[in-house]
Amino acid sequence: MTNHVEEAPMTSTAERRAVLAAANTAPGKDWVIVTRGLCREYDMGGEIVRALRGVDLAIRRNEYVAIMGPSGSGKSTLMNTIGCLDTPNAGEYWLNGQKASEMKDDDLARVRNKEIGFVFQTFNLLPRATALANVELPLVYAGVSSSERHQRAKEALERSLVYAGVSSSERHQRAKEALERVQLDKRMGHRPNELSGGQRQRVAIARALVNRPSILLADEPTGNLDSTTSEEIMRVFEELANQGQTVIMVTHEPDIAAHARRVVVLRDGVIASDDRREAFTAKLGL
Amino acid sequence: MKFFEAVRLAFHTIRVQKLKSFFTALGVCIGVMFLITVVSIVEGMGKYMENELVGKLIAINSFELRHRPSINVGDVSRATWLEYNRRPRILESDVEPVVAALPPDALWAMYSNSNIQVESSFGKPRSAQVTAFDGQYLEIKKLGVTTGRSFSQVDITTGASVVVIGPDLAKRLFPDLNAVDRQVKIGGRFYTVIGVGESLGSAFGMSFDNYVYAPFRSPVHRLLNPGAHQIDGLIVQVATAEALPDAQEAVRGVMRARHQLRPAQKDNFVLETSDTALEFWNKIKSYLVLAGIALPAIGLVVGAIVIMNIMLVAVAERTHEIGIRKALGAKRRDILLQFMIEASTLSTFGAAMGIALGALGAYAIRTMTPMPTYVAPWSIVVGVLIGAGVGIISGVYPASRASLLDPVTALRQE
Repeated sequence: MTNHVEEAPMTSTAERRAVLAAANTAPGKDWVIVTRGLCREYDMGGEIVRALRGVDLAIRRNEYVAIMGPSGSGKSTLMNTIGCLDTPNAGEYWLNGQKASEMKDDDLARVRNKEIGFVFQTFNLLPRATALANVELPLVYAGVSSSERHQRAKEALERSLVYAGVSSSERHQRAKEALERVQLDKRMGHRPNELSGGQRQRVAIARALVNRPSILLADEPTGNLDSTTSEEIMRVFEELANQGQTVIMVTHEPDIAAHARRVVVLRDGVIASDDRREAFTAKLGL
Repeated sequence: MKFFEAVRLAFHTIRVQKLKSFFTALGVCIGVMFLITVVSIVEGMGKYMENELVGKLIAINSFELRHRPSINVGDVSRATWLEYNRRPRILESDVEPVVAALPPDALWAMYSNSNIQVESSFGKPRSAQVTAFDGQYLEIKKLGVTTGRSFSQVDITTGASVVVIGPDLAKRLFPDLNAVDRQVKIGGRFYTVIGVGESLGSAFGMSFDNYVYAPFRSPVHRLLNPGAHQIDGLIVQVATAEALPDAQEAVRGVMRARHQLRPAQKDNFVLETSDTALEFWNKIKSYLVLAGIALPAIGLVVGAIVIMNIMLVAVAERTHEIGIRKALGAKRRDILLQFMIEASTLSTFGAAMGIALGALGAYAIRTMTPMPTYVAPWSIVVGVLIGAGVGIISGVYPASRASLLDPVTALRQE
């Protein structure tokens, strides 16, 4: 697996500094996310909580980034802002060359639908809809016809299920077995409460991928899973990153963060460190 | 998102949330049912009064010449009463010139009436509405006889001591007997019953069938009017409604001349049409309708609160769902459309059930009780508008508020 790390495009610090310094200009095509001086404050019953205090972050296409930090460091707020679920109070946010920090409600909805695939810690599946219907949901809002929706949802489900627990070398053989084992067609008709945690998260990943987003955003994707299932989910992410999917993952667990190729550490609403995986693991002594 | 998708989503939710859907529809249903049934009772009474009662008591296209109104609408002041009492009475001698001024095809009758004790040797005495008339009174009132015969021209002109009595009076005075050819005693004199008249029905338990008709020139006339040659009224019926105003003007002209009124003076007589009676009835009915609206309004308010409560709780529960949908790219419009269709489907279904049950209730009341009911079309419209309106507003308003939240805020709510 280590050979993938060398292949992946990495950003030199100088390059990143140059992009971040050019305020109010659209970044180049390679840059999928650029934030400049991002701030977010909450009014929690009269007390102002400053979750983000000026975050400068630049992420290139095809990067696999983990955002780490202790609780209260602002990592979830940053993730929500990057995912256009939340809007910043100050600063710029460029997503795919578009200035998302100035978008209106409907544009943000379109961006969430087309550009971003979310994976949540609590899965956030609709409890009363089947697995397949859950996966189809983003396509419904994208205006995709019912028959095409079915096809694409099935494909996405297969992708997320097939990669589970399967190393790349024996993928082909194991894929068939896995398909037979999970009885995909049967599972697709199940409600979320009839699925295990790992299966739910795979359905959620399939839902995140179904609209072919430019970024996959995962907020503590393994937070509600046991270690074996966590490893499986991490392998799915790894595989997606190998295929060129930009993945951004928030976690507070260093060993989960160590799966990513770049680790950004937040502390008190600002970036404390931004390292390649090797440097990060070396620091931690992993 | 396409409209069809919103419909599909809404129906899916309705299907999977059966209990909530049922209670929402039930709330609307009860409100609408209550409205339809209560209004049908009020409207049924109204229709009955207009068609049966007023139509029978006061003939169509007719008016009465009287010295004062027989029906008074609203409060009449003491001064007005005194003025009424000073008015000259209508006289027998007025009839001929008035009739001469009418179109030739007009029917007319003069009459006097009063409530007088009527006795027989077979039953208890009873107070009855005794009317003495000359002219085509029974034709105008469309009153036939069920047994025996009606008055002949000879009876009328000679003032024979014969009477036609109402069915209730016949039953009371001659229990289990045929009243025809038997005698009744009015004011100490005997009259032969020649026929029993048709039923005029009753309203609110008050029978209209305690009547006695006699020829004007029969001895009974002396009991009805204190002064000789006085009459209570002259009733005129013309062929068409269009001819009515002209006939009234003709009669007014003749009477003003006979009473020697100067142009500036007001009429000291009245020309009463069935409108006057209808006006009286309409006044009663306005109170009834008010009650008929107030009662179902209370029902609807209660129903509306129930619906709103169910909807508010249901939508609050679904804030998280709205958050998920928004996170996956649903626009505010998409959310609103889904909830709108959901709420309007349930409410419309509930309203339709309410109409069906309300109409059924009205039918049940009509067949099982003496109360007449009539399902008014406007009550259906109002029922649907209010029932469905309340359902939709209470379903969409909270959803609209939830759809305004940032997705992250909505997602945080469980």
